[in-house]
Amino acid sequence: MSELPGEVQGWIGERRYEVEGEFDVERGYVFTTCASVENGNPLFWDEKTANDLTDGWIAPPTMISVWFRPHYWAPGRTEQAQPLQVHFDLKEELDLPEAVMTDNTITFGEPVRPGDRLKTWQVLRSVSAPKTTKLGKGRFWEIDVVYENQKGEWVGTESYTGFGYRRDA
Amino acid sequence: MAEQLTLDRISVGDRLPDLAIDVSPTTVVLGALASRDWRPMHHDKDFAQERNGTKHVFINTPHNAAYFERYVTDWTGPAGRLGKIRFRMKDSVFPGDRMVFHGNVESVETDEAGCGWVGLKLRLSVGDKTTTECEARVAVPVREGDNPWKRRGDAWKP
Repeated sequence: MSELPGEVQGWIGERRYEVEGEFDVERGYVFTTCASVENGNPLFWDEKTANDLTDGWIAPPTMISVWFRPHYWAPGRTEQAQPLQVHFDLKEELDLPEAVMTDNTITFGEPVRPGDRLKTWQVLRSVSAPKTTKLGKGRFWEIDVVYENQKGEWVGTESYTGFGYRRDA
Repeated sequence: MAEQLTLDRISVGDRLPDLAIDVSPTTVVLGALASRDWRPMHHDKDFAQERNGTKHVFINTPHNAAYFERYVTDWTGPAGRLGKIRFRMKDSVFPGDRMVFHGNVESVETDEAGCGWVGLKLRLSVGDKTTTECEARVAVPVREGDNPWKRRGDAWKP
């Protein structure tokens, strides 16, 4: 497994999986997320604060990936879509059945607002040589996920480092 | 949530108050569902043990990020605006754990656009073990009346 397959090599730097979110940004998930971490920031609960500071409601910035996670089921869908497809492509192409995310950097641009319909794409930045960790033998990879709103304004970039591995290798 | 901080009241070396959370299975599952993460290792204990080799379901990445955001903005107040957050998950957090967030100020600066920035070094621990290391760059008002959320385009350099 030391040689990186040519197909994977070709993915590096390529803009892939450009998609629009399946649904508009909405406050229901904002409340659920705030409740899940007991976030009482009045930006998300108090309309006057939201109007004064952010000219209306916004979503917590770290929710940026939430708006692209596909429904668990949808009519006519035969396979469950994956939210970070490049990551799953790498697992399959490199025959590494298990994976964890190790590093995650998120850079935030324009605030995301209820009613926005975001667009995203993924870019594979790098794949390491084979490494052995306490989890098993595998490879590290870096993936950028870029987000824009419906006006073409940059709203954020997530950069992930993942480790795909085999437990028995 | 604390009152609104301004840059002139923040110094390198300041410590953020610790935040402790007792984690239950509900904590893990609520965060996974809130972040629309349906993967079974975040709600199915058998799957987590057999496929991931972990002792239980564990907190997922977006939920971890949401906790760090809450921790930072609890301290800054609502005018605090995250510019960048980087975290490295070194170990998982499981039901039964008491996780504690820690933080201190690493840098205080004003950029060429006049935006006030604070660099934070953050850490999540369970017992003596650090489970996540984190760095955050958060904009705070330079003075009363300043509002980082109004910055756009070249005036916002996260």
